[in-house]
Amino acid sequence: MTRLLTMTKLVIEGFQKDGWTTIVNGVDVHIDRGEVLGLIGESGAGKSTIGIASMGYCRAGCRIVGGSIVFDGMELTTASRRALRRIRGRRASYVAQSAAASFNPAHRLIRQYAEAPVRHGVLARIEAERNARAIYRRFNLPDPDRIGGRFPHQVSGGQLQRAMVAMAMACSPDLIVFDEPTTALDVTTQIEVLAAIKDAIKDLNSAAMYITHDLAVVSQVADRIMVLRHGDLVEEGRTKSLLASPRRSYTRALLSVRKGGGERVAHPEQGQRLLEVRDVSAAYVDGVPVLRQVNLEVTRSKTVALVGESGSGKSTLARVITGLLPPEAGHILFDGQDLRPRFFERSKEMLRRLQMIYQMPDVALNPRQKVQEILGRPLAFYFSMRGSEKQNRVSELLEQIELPDHYASRYPSELSGGEKQRIAIARALAARPDLIICDEVTSALDQLVAAEILKLLQRLQNELGVSYLFITHDLATVKVISDEIVVMLEGRVVEHGATNEVLEPPHHEYTEMLLASVPEMDPDWLDTLLATRVGALLREGERMHAPE
Amino acid sequence: MNSLGSLIVRRLAFAILTLFIISVLISVGVELLPGDLARSLLGQMATPETLAALRKELGLDQPYHIRYLAWLGDVFRWDLGRSLANNILVSELIGVRLENTLFLAAVAAVIAVPVSVILGLVAALYRESFFDKFVSMTTLTTISFPEFLVAYILMVIFSVQFPFFPSMANVTHDMAFWDRLHAVALPVMTLVLVVVAHMMRLTRAAIINVLSRPYIEMAELKGMSSAWIIVWHALPNSLAPIINVIVINIAYLVVGVVVVEVVFVYPGLGQLLVDSVSNRDLPVVQASGLIFAATFIFLNLTADILSILANPRLRHPK
Repeated sequence: MTRLLTMTKLVIEGFQKDGWTTIVNGVDVHIDRGEVLGLIGESGAGKSTIGIASMGYCRAGCRIVGGSIVFDGMELTTASRRALRRIRGRRASYVAQSAAASFNPAHRLIRQYAEAPVRHGVLARIEAERNARAIYRRFNLPDPDRIGGRFPHQVSGGQLQRAMVAMAMACSPDLIVFDEPTTALDVTTQIEVLAAIKDAIKDLNSAAMYITHDLAVVSQVADRIMVLRHGDLVEEGRTKSLLASPRRSYTRALLSVRKGGGERVAHPEQGQRLLEVRDVSAAYVDGVPVLRQVNLEVTRSKTVALVGESGSGKSTLARVITGLLPPEAGHILFDGQDLRPRFFERSKEMLRRLQMIYQMPDVALNPRQKVQEILGRPLAFYFSMRGSEKQNRVSELLEQIELPDHYASRYPSELSGGEKQRIAIARALAARPDLIICDEVTSALDQLVAAEILKLLQRLQNELGVSYLFITHDLATVKVISDEIVVMLEGRVVEHGATNEVLEPPHHEYTEMLLASVPEMDPDWLDTLLATRVGALLREGERMHAPE
Repeated sequence: MNSLGSLIVRRLAFAILTLFIISVLISVGVELLPGDLARSLLGQMATPETLAALRKELGLDQPYHIRYLAWLGDVFRWDLGRSLANNILVSELIGVRLENTLFLAAVAAVIAVPVSVILGLVAALYRESFFDKFVSMTTLTTISFPEFLVAYILMVIFSVQFPFFPSMANVTHDMAFWDRLHAVALPVMTLVLVVVAHMMRLTRAAIINVLSRPYIEMAELKGMSSAWIIVWHALPNSLAPIINVIVINIAYLVVGVVVVEVVFVYPGLGQLLVDSVSNRDLPVVQASGLIFAATFIFLNLTADILSILANPRLRHPK
């Protein structure tokens, strides 16, 4: 095999509040023709920066300060803009994390596919569009001859992501950079995109760089893996040997993260009924039901996981329970009392007992308030605390979420993602609630950080006896934290029961599909799965339908 | 298409409602003025008997709402009454003047709109460069001067120092198109200098606002040139604000040109309005006001509809 890309002692800096800081710290990367390199690490590891640097590109606010990037014999760090343009899109192409954001909303898919080959003078538009239809068909996109005529907002997320992989193949490049291409997708949708990516690499026999924070995903496609942390290389190795015998403790931590979780301790009040959802139906628009006769029960000091893909109605149910969306039918009991349909009709006491934590702590915390104000507000509102009493309680809350006392005077922007989520948890705890609804609270976090948050939530349940309604699409999380599982599909509950019962076969075929879609560390997992009947359905983007 | 259609119909209904409210305001305003048409017509010499007789003849003895409805009915039939100053039909008087004003506005718009959009695009392409700063500064300068000053400066240069163009923009109905253009050259130049800055700066800002989007980065990683990215990727996504600023400026060209018309003694609607106000020629004032309001509302409606159409999500629903 011949060398395609060599990056030596690459140093990249990014501009932050207090000046230039190093993002990539002298990393060496090389890729041979036809080879797939996996770059793995948490956010801030510098993997995306390295990925686009391979195309001689730097995001605004970043600069390459040292090292060299040689693409097929050509030095990119000193190349002219013109020369770089002749490589980008033509010989090296890019697949971004969010196809919805990276496709231009104003143009049809096929025009965007043809843009690079036509503008680079590689193909005529007619030929390029013919190729596009062939690749759309290869990727099992529905109605491949006409889907290209659609605008990005007219196709689903998984289809759009496949269309973007197709777009990257338009000029038959030597290198494709995949930058977290499945991170924003549901597990089931991830399968169809992963299958397309594997096909793309195989068909073109091109080299690829696959960037992700998910070891299980990268092990499906990569020949070789580099583990990065804080802009440094942690370790590098062939996929199989790295998975089998990681040398560094950080890699081992990444490998074992899915098994994590805390011990569970029985609580005296455990088992009493706390929340009962009875035959609840709801809709945002009349005639388009989002929830159909949903039944659900949460008992004291227990965790019920609400599982399903995006669009299954999980978050809508949370909105109904919290009183943001009045249900069309059915009713909700909390500790035996009827919950009013709208939050402003509920008593302050009732509001206090039911709290919520959101997916994005960035958006859920007021950026202009210090931590002590954020935590102090519910203390003043529910318990009329003030002065030193309030201050002491804030310290106590910070201690509970394992953050030092001086964090009270910090602003959210001075905290990391995991720390922000801890503050959001503390804010919910400040009300001394009986039930906390956790809406995808770990989805936006890196795996190791997410595992820590799950451990914290478990410990708090053991100590305080609080119940959780845990909304997630991530079954790995479910195994760790939940006592019971409720599976939702198209607004209906299709399966529910104790965690171990639901996770053990036989289960509803939709649950089976969800479970089968969770990536495993085994490098052959995807191929094996695609060979099965469920796998074949998944690769075509077929979905189960809820029983009528 | 259904939602798009209903959106447009809603906007249209709203525009008609606004116009109706304005017609009420105008007629109430005229009603509140001291004296009435009969008194103005008869002047100082009026006796109570002749006043009463004329009021009866003109229908001024009817209650207000009846008169309003009668006036509204007349307006619908394009019967705007007669001018008090010279007894010419207001519709005739205004018709010619409106045509002149629209001609001036159209010529100015045909030049100003492409110039400012192109300048805006180029400034966005070479943002923070010398060119960008030069264009920003020049356009800011021209917009900062009062328009009559710009007009006089142009007059000094182009009709006194170098007599290319007439300083009096006098047009008549039987003039050839090119002669007309020659006659309005200076007022057009003045108007262009006044409106370009606003449109150009907003075009530039709208484009730059879009340049931080991920699909722009994607286009760069596809090896597209900056000029192509600005025109093919950024422009279609910043059309809505650009359309809005263009239409507001066109509305200004029709409605706000009074000063320029007076300076160049151009026989337009603005000039007529000024004259009629000083003559207390109420039927003409009333009719001009209504036409200005209708123009403004119609142009804003156009902007609304075009911005809706510029959004692919609304043009091509799921």
